[in-house]
Amino acid sequence: MPLTLDDRDQALLNGAGGAAAALAMRVVSRTAEVMQAQRLIDITGAHIDSCLYNGQASVDFAQRLADGGAQVSVPATLNVSSLDLIHPELFRGDAHTAEQGRRLMELYEGMGCRPTFTCAPYQEDNRPNLGEHVVWAESNAIVFANSVLGARTHRYGDFLDISAAITGRAPLAGLHLDANRRATVVFDVSGLPERLTALDAFYPLLGHHIGRQVGKAVPVVVGAPDGVAEHALKALGAAGAAAGAVGMFHLVGSTPEAPTLDAALGGEPAAQTHAVTTADIRLARDQLTTSSSSRLGVVSLGTPHYSVAEFGRVVDLLDDRPIHPSVRLYINTGRSVANEIALRGWTPRLEASGVQIVTDTCTYITPIIEAVDGIAMTDSAKWAYYAPGNLGLDVAFGSVEDCVESAVRGEIVRDESVWADA
Amino acid sequence: MRACGPMPEAERVLMPGEARGPVLHLEEPVSFWGGLDPKTGIIIDQAHPQVGESVVGRILVMPSGRGSSSGSSVLTEVLRAGIGPAGIVMQQADEIFVIGVLAAEELYDITVPVFTVDTATYTALAAASAVLMTPDGTITAG
Repeated sequence: MPLTLDDRDQALLNGAGGAAAALAMRVVSRTAEVMQAQRLIDITGAHIDSCLYNGQASVDFAQRLADGGAQVSVPATLNVSSLDLIHPELFRGDAHTAEQGRRLMELYEGMGCRPTFTCAPYQEDNRPNLGEHVVWAESNAIVFANSVLGARTHRYGDFLDISAAITGRAPLAGLHLDANRRATVVFDVSGLPERLTALDAFYPLLGHHIGRQVGKAVPVVVGAPDGVAEHALKALGAAGAAAGAVGMFHLVGSTPEAPTLDAALGGEPAAQTHAVTTADIRLARDQLTTSSSSRLGVVSLGTPHYSVAEFGRVVDLLDDRPIHPSVRLYINTGRSVANEIALRGWTPRLEASGVQIVTDTCTYITPIIEAVDGIAMTDSAKWAYYAPGNLGLDVAFGSVEDCVESAVRGEIVRDESVWADA
Repeated sequence: MRACGPMPEAERVLMPGEARGPVLHLEEPVSFWGGLDPKTGIIIDQAHPQVGESVVGRILVMPSGRGSSSGSSVLTEVLRAGIGPAGIVMQQADEIFVIGVLAAEELYDITVPVFTVDTATYTALAAASAVLMTPDGTITAG
């Protein structure tokens, strides 16, 4: 069955809503044809990744929309940009990039998007509910919306995101449909020692392992403790979406569409089952560590953007101790979380220890980190995956406990005992 | 090695067009954002088997996409700058790539063909040195 547009869609396509809405409807409807959708559906919100400057094309598309009178028709949040407007002095790139990055942010604000500038829109107010159709771009946000919130978005890219926000419409296809949300690949972690599955750092490594295995299939994890914390699910999804094309996962006993393994599989047999071993998790850690040196230069936390709870953990672990003078420690977050931790009195304590809080952007997408003599350490599998290519740095993955302890001591320290075989 | 590759898909023309060029077979999926330098068209994903290879003017033969949503705008940007691939052949459709081509067509009137192929064709194309993609959706090696 080919795509059928309703009268409203057709009117937008014909220019009834102006030039920008017509362009937006062309992008949505042509994407719908590629996805083999038969019709479009209404969405309740959008998260826009197009505000990150990736060259002239980013600005040209936004300018074309703005010139055509574009306004979003549903609430829309903005992803990270290439600048930290709250701490502009941190930007170490060229003036042209800064100017273009700022221009892009202004263009999207002008279309009615909220200047959230965070890759974690699920940490803002009014997050979507179970079953709600949205269009989110930004791979970690997509996987969180689908998996943890039970909202429905396909893996969308730049340009489609804002086009959907303008038209309020999305293709009824992909992860919007029940049939495609069913898990087909099982990852059984019940053979792993409990001390490992109880560890926060286990989840991003599991996500990396899963992402390497499944490509675009929907995986389900079984055998983990019930009620895994939201920040661990966030880290699992972000890692899986970076290492693979994971748009949704289930974790039996923790995610809303997986009360049981059978429910996650939709009553069908699994296409594949993998028994995850401690060696798989060690391998993931080693793939995310590009040097065996213990010489530490920088620590970056908060990819995806840290939540209030994650900041609270760092405040406790750091316990007002100073960061070693040879090390810089950056924590990336959104403006709203930055405001919240300031209200709690944590910001001056972190800053007194030497922590640099970065908002609106992230240390791996824009030149912020000063010249580094030594390894970059992170608790983020996603940051560890992208930083060697983006920044030309050697990286070491570690738990947040290891990252904070290493930053204080001035050298990489890792608790190896947790990674040993049972 | 991956325990399972992408599920094969029927042959489809995702973006029509014509292209002839040398093949760059990407043995693993790539994210254009963070995986491709938008200023040079060279693959910079340090974990990718084809790191250091250039996509410029080549027909990419790849299993599927992965990673970042920003892959769309990076693809549009390299097409704008004239350092993009000449065509893309995938085993499994990836909307993020298609949207990048759509935007290049809207903004700059530049397009490249994007097709999906079945497993047998994919295997043959991956081993070919050059490929011809034609507007009716046929692909031939050579």
